[in-house]
Amino acid sequence: MDTLANLALGFGVALSPFTLMLAVLGCVLGTIIGALPGLGPSNGVAILIPLAFTLGLDATSALVLMTSVYYGAMYGGRISSILLNIPGDEPALMTTLDGYPMAKQGRAGDALVLSGVASFAGGLLATIGLIIMAPLLARVAYLFGPAEYFALYLLAFCTLGGMASNNQAKSALAACIGLGIAMIGLDNTTGMPRFTYGNLHLMDGVDFLVAIVGLFAVAEVFFFIESHGKDSAIGVKLDKITIPIRDIGRSTVTMLRASLIGFVAGVLPGAGASLGSFLAYMGEKTVARDKDTFGTGNPKGIAAPEAGNNAAAGGALVPMLTLGVPGSGTTAVLLALLMTLNITPGPLLFTERPEVVWGLIASLLIANVVLLILNVPLVKIFVKVLMVPPWVLLPGVTMISFVGIYSLSGSYFDLLLMVGFGVLGYFLRKMDVPTVPIILGILLGNAMEDSLRRAMVISSGDWTFLFSSPIAIGLWIAAFAGFIAPIFLRPFLKKPQRITD
Amino acid sequence: MHFSSLSRLMAGAAVALTLGTAASATECIAPANPGGGWDFTCRQIGKILYDIGAVDQPVQVTNMAGAGGGLAFAYVVNERNDDPDLIVAASSATTTRLAQNAYGGATADQVRFVGAIGADPGVIVVAADSEFQTLEDLVEAIKADPGSVAFAGGSAAGGFDHMKPLQVLKAGGFDDIRAIKYIGVDGGADAITQTVGGFTQAMTGDMSEVVGFVKSGEVRVLAVLTEERVPGFEDIPTAVEQGYDVVAVNWRGLYVPKDITDEQFSAWGEKLQMVADSAEWQEAMAANGLAPFTKVGDDFQSWIDGVIAQTVDLSKEIGVIQ
Repeated sequence: MDTLANLALGFGVALSPFTLMLAVLGCVLGTIIGALPGLGPSNGVAILIPLAFTLGLDATSALVLMTSVYYGAMYGGRISSILLNIPGDEPALMTTLDGYPMAKQGRAGDALVLSGVASFAGGLLATIGLIIMAPLLARVAYLFGPAEYFALYLLAFCTLGGMASNNQAKSALAACIGLGIAMIGLDNTTGMPRFTYGNLHLMDGVDFLVAIVGLFAVAEVFFFIESHGKDSAIGVKLDKITIPIRDIGRSTVTMLRASLIGFVAGVLPGAGASLGSFLAYMGEKTVARDKDTFGTGNPKGIAAPEAGNNAAAGGALVPMLTLGVPGSGTTAVLLALLMTLNITPGPLLFTERPEVVWGLIASLLIANVVLLILNVPLVKIFVKVLMVPPWVLLPGVTMISFVGIYSLSGSYFDLLLMVGFGVLGYFLRKMDVPTVPIILGILLGNAMEDSLRRAMVISSGDWTFLFSSPIAIGLWIAAFAGFIAPIFLRPFLKKPQRITD
Repeated sequence: MHFSSLSRLMAGAAVALTLGTAASATECIAPANPGGGWDFTCRQIGKILYDIGAVDQPVQVTNMAGAGGGLAFAYVVNERNDDPDLIVAASSATTTRLAQNAYGGATADQVRFVGAIGADPGVIVVAADSEFQTLEDLVEAIKADPGSVAFAGGSAAGGFDHMKPLQVLKAGGFDDIRAIKYIGVDGGADAITQTVGGFTQAMTGDMSEVVGFVKSGEVRVLAVLTEERVPGFEDIPTAVEQGYDVVAVNWRGLYVPKDITDEQFSAWGEKLQMVADSAEWQEAMAANGLAPFTKVGDDFQSWIDGVIAQTVDLSKEIGVIQ
């Protein structure tokens, strides 16, 4: 009953015509930001923080606006994944695998509606999880030490072998390229620079947004130039838009499972939405009976990563609010916003500032409903992007990519790097090497290395420390199963035919 | 979303960005992504400067992350070296890295440190159920078996958080400081979860990072590294009074380009003093666990020179620099 009373308090704070207007504004802005390649949720929230201050908003209104932008961007990321095969932000990476093939089949509208509903389910379930279990879940972070984190990242890499690709060796090669790129920059354990050749821009390593936009968007431009605009991947057939009730129905269980996985990944500090959507997708592929259709436009392959990444977005708020540890890049920005508003997240926030916490939770629920309304009935507007011929669309995408990447650190070096990744992506695709594992290598490689080396420092180099807890052992077993199972199952499965154009 | 309206939106954003950096408004560069201490410094000082009327237009905050602040430092030195409307957030991390030559050859005398208006006291923390009750317990345990205690902190090895336990152990007569285990994690709160979880035995960080956990009773602060006990936390003993002569505070302040005039430099010093004296800043400090620590102008610059010399000595000893 306490929870209901608190929730009522939250809605009391968050439900006024003005805050509702802010929620709608935030959702629209967030969706646009998420859809633009290169501009992810964390940039989006960061760019809009000054807006909150210029409007002179109080703490609650500012939070409503910013969380709406946050959730909006998580929704928006899928749009360019599905329509352009370019992830709008890093968690939307997995949505390209089935979303784009489905759009190619002329079911772009279905894919968008289905992913919108999946996003809603993920977001809603995560918010409910946050309400019921936040104080309890805060303890989970205490159970994960370096050994456990290492096993968790290992699990992610071991399941890579089953990724959408015709050739597992090429997947592994791509993952190694990604891991290699991740080694560039300051070594966190010794503080010494590696592979930077004295270049200050490389000290922080390669930003994965630069890699994503380069490998996906810029490489696409090169293909476009090569083909003189004919047979471009961009632009898909479009039939009339209906609500794909059958697909939604068939994916209900998928959404529930994916939400759970995503939420747990979000709760773990440092794992975040990308790992959430990845594990949700791979998990769903493992249990599905129609495995071989994953990568060709399977509705479950769209529902799983979208439910997973939106659930992770909610889950990431748990450690941020209860421990002050941001669970993802965007929550780090929200944390900064809270601190600027003189609210210090931590173990006492729930008891000391209930109006802030419950106002935030209520605004999450409101934002989620607003986003469902924006994304399902109004999906036609987004699909209209397709009516624009590729020779207009592609230069536009390029321009947005350049602006988005430049806004990351304001340096032209990132632009050069992005073009470099575009060239790399062009040749890799010529050789049929998948680019998704490269991104995962860059995204997770450093965290995995840091965990391993921290574990070695703590245990004075004793490798048995890696198997020192039940959680770690469980994750190791899952990782081995994930790695070996596809090898034995291969004779029984048809290879997925990924649409590579 | 029709594409043409998208492009208009982006064009609008580009125009807005250009206007934001126009010369008339003060710009504060936070040399990190939004969310950290430097970002806080810029946003908070920027907001108060405008609220108290010290500047006539809202302060534009620019996040320029890269190389632990090195990118912004190089940018200021090379491209904005005489811009009187530019301030840059700085802290102990800035001077530590300058002392350790981590900014690619840049040196501290390439900019002017204009002032600090608050400091985050250094702390050594253990989990509430730890066997260590005093700083002496911890130091003696390490002396007996250096491998038995691992510290977690929010900075990379050789960073400011790493320096704190090294200074304490040196003061306690333990000279083999390279044997001390330290892992750098992503921020102070993460270091605490590792310590409360029992993966590391102690945490080294700033007071602001541990306040919430102290109040909820999950950790015990063995020592605060200030000269006097910190107001509001009078029951936490200092390292000095426990016989370890170590003072390490993470100051929050600003530097400005080198080639501005002396008048412009002292004007910034005075404006910072105004911020320091404002009720709004007092409130922000209290809410974020900062202790009063105001030094502005030439006074601050000479204090900084001393701190850097000291850091150089210690870094040489642990082998971070030659």
